[in-house]
Amino acid sequence: MYKITRKKVLAPGVVEMGILAPRIAKAHKPGQFLMVMNREESERIPLTIADSDPAKGEVTIVFLEVGRSTIELGEQFNEGDELFAVVGPLGTPTHIENFGTVVVMGGGLGVAPIYPICKGLKAAGNTVITIIGYRRKDIMFWEDKLRSVSSELIVSTDDGSYGTKGFVTDSLRKLHDEGRKIDRVIAIGPPIMMRAVSDMTRPWAVPTWVSLNTIMVDGTGMCGGCRVEIGKESKFVCVDGPDFDAHIVNWDQMFARMKVYTTEERAAVLANHECKLHLDNIKR
Amino acid sequence: MAESIDIAALGGVKEGEKKRPRSKEKRLEIACQSVQARITNYDEVALGYGPAEAVAESMRCLECPRPRCMVACPVHIAIPSFIGLISRGKFSEAAQDIRQYNALPSVCGRVCPQENLCEAACIINDTNEHNPIAIGRLERFASDWQLLHADRESASVHKKPATGFKVAVIGSGPAGLSCSADLAKMGHQVDLFEALHKPGGVLMYGIPEFRLPKAIVQKEIAYVRSLGVNMECNVVVGRTVPVQEIMDGYDAVFVASGAGFPNMMNIPGENLNGIFSANEFLTRVNLMKAWTDNAAGTPIRKPRKAVVVGAGFTAFDVVRISLRLGAQEASIVYRRSREEMPGRGEEIEHSLEEGAKFILLTNPVKYLGDENGFVRGVVVQKMELGEPDSSGRRRPVPIPGSEYEIECDLVVVAIGQTPNVLIPSQLPGMATRWGSVIKVNRETYMTTVPKVFAGGDAITGAATVILATRAGREAARAMDAYLRDPGRNWNSPA
Repeated sequence: MYKITRKKVLAPGVVEMGILAPRIAKAHKPGQFLMVMNREESERIPLTIADSDPAKGEVTIVFLEVGRSTIELGEQFNEGDELFAVVGPLGTPTHIENFGTVVVMGGGLGVAPIYPICKGLKAAGNTVITIIGYRRKDIMFWEDKLRSVSSELIVSTDDGSYGTKGFVTDSLRKLHDEGRKIDRVIAIGPPIMMRAVSDMTRPWAVPTWVSLNTIMVDGTGMCGGCRVEIGKESKFVCVDGPDFDAHIVNWDQMFARMKVYTTEERAAVLANHECKLHLDNIKR
Repeated sequence: MAESIDIAALGGVKEGEKKRPRSKEKRLEIACQSVQARITNYDEVALGYGPAEAVAESMRCLECPRPRCMVACPVHIAIPSFIGLISRGKFSEAAQDIRQYNALPSVCGRVCPQENLCEAACIINDTNEHNPIAIGRLERFASDWQLLHADRESASVHKKPATGFKVAVIGSGPAGLSCSADLAKMGHQVDLFEALHKPGGVLMYGIPEFRLPKAIVQKEIAYVRSLGVNMECNVVVGRTVPVQEIMDGYDAVFVASGAGFPNMMNIPGENLNGIFSANEFLTRVNLMKAWTDNAAGTPIRKPRKAVVVGAGFTAFDVVRISLRLGAQEASIVYRRSREEMPGRGEEIEHSLEEGAKFILLTNPVKYLGDENGFVRGVVVQKMELGEPDSSGRRRPVPIPGSEYEIECDLVVVAIGQTPNVLIPSQLPGMATRWGSVIKVNRETYMTTVPKVFAGGDAITGAATVILATRAGREAARAMDAYLRDPGRNWNSPA
């Protein structure tokens, strides 16, 4: 069993949790994820590791209450409770070296997983320009935390209620238009945002990496449910990724594959929950 | 042992009496759930012998002095001996007898292909054709009886004094469990690591409930645990714990990580929604219990028309699950003919009874999708059989111009699994075949890395539970010898 050491609601529907998992905390490298099972009969859900503290034996996850299991985790589990299973760290770690200047972009919930990546890149000697974006001011989180691991931090909101108005891609274009040297871009967030970044940087020929979040069962290379075409070849996101060269991801396929269980998932949420907010989340 | 058995009433052999075998009688069939009933549930199909049936069947056994069945059994269970104990009403003793050779008798009694092994070798076939002793059913009966009735503490098992050696076993499928059980009995400290959240490996995620109830698997595992084996789930060796840490912390290591990587055909459209690897489909249903509807968190796609590609054990499991999920039509698409099907006879029969269709000498060429990216059909090609290939079976050859379309909304690709590369990729010097199948010395089971042994599907590619069990046992014996005399040349290529 894996104890929840702390819980904090960062924004409506966005929850941060600390979990006691000493082995995972010790082995974790940026870009890796873990699988959580709330209870014995729950599904296994993949969540990126947002931070780890080997001394405390603790890992941090940040998740959006979007499906049956994340809603249950956010609403029914509290500090001191135990999770049935947590396994990780899984996936190939993000490739980190001194690239020069790296723009790291986090959209919405994607702000959490870029934290260890920014930290790793900064430690490797890079100039790290971090762009984080949210829909509105009231759902922002981790601004200071990201600032502490960035050489420069740009914050945007879709509605302009905080920082620059617009999408993260607008901030990226601005950097490019200003003639800033960009050696690499790393983008994590909703698939639509990652694709937009990819489309923007392709003509600039700037190496761009994204972290894919397809559907998985085991997360260890066994089921192949996460497979997606990368450069004409079928790859397993759980073991070959989750990081891939954005310019060769088959995005149409990736988007289609995210929807395999939309019908079943909506039914499960409806059966368990009458909350409009959550259904809105699924639709997005 | 608290069990009262009136052997005279059951028609067996009384204390002090001599057995008069009734080998001329017909083999006693096993009761099964009716087709109409079982198609609506996931309960076990073959119901098993009761005590009277088991004794009656055991009374047919000649208890040969030179039993051919024992030779044919991959783990050489003392078959006449345990059947003799059943004839005499000593059911738990019979199970204990089997357990000396096989740590998982309730499992093997159900899923072992006895028809090609011990039962094929039974001498009764010579005089009473097609009526060998039902060895598998008797094994299942004795073991289940013990699991249900007897006080089966490890105290009753002969365990050697502690040796002080520490062994790590990676993977808790049949090979890992068997190896761990034997090593523990030999007095070694065994730490067993499992990547998933429940021990059992393929017994839990692969084989469906209606063929192998998970409660039975967990009871067998409890037995292995009772021998003193430490089991830790949620540990992916190579990720959660570096392989090197295992190498440094143990005197010997047994890699039994199975064959968990699903093979796909790499044909156009294979990544459409609704096309699954057998691993994914089975894991959702078996391990994650997606069939329990709302109770379980894991969703499953309910098919209307299912197509299953392949004809091994796995394919039949999948086609039968599809029917239970409510498919109006579920077909096996296989590129060879009925005779070449590698599946077990009973499974093929049960599938047909339950309404599965066989589309033989046919192979998928590409998949067709709808506007939302979901599969709506498969284009197949007819095949004919040519000259025998390396497997000895006649090679299927496509017939040009024979393509046609089959409508479907679910496809499961069940054409085999290969081992996961994680562990070999992290052990420099570990030799493999085809990039992932670990090479071992065929006598000692040692890999090309000193003190690391391997067995089960990890060294063969996907095979059977009983072969994995044998590898686990034989490797345990070799590892025991190695621990006592590590200086010998252990891993010269065999």
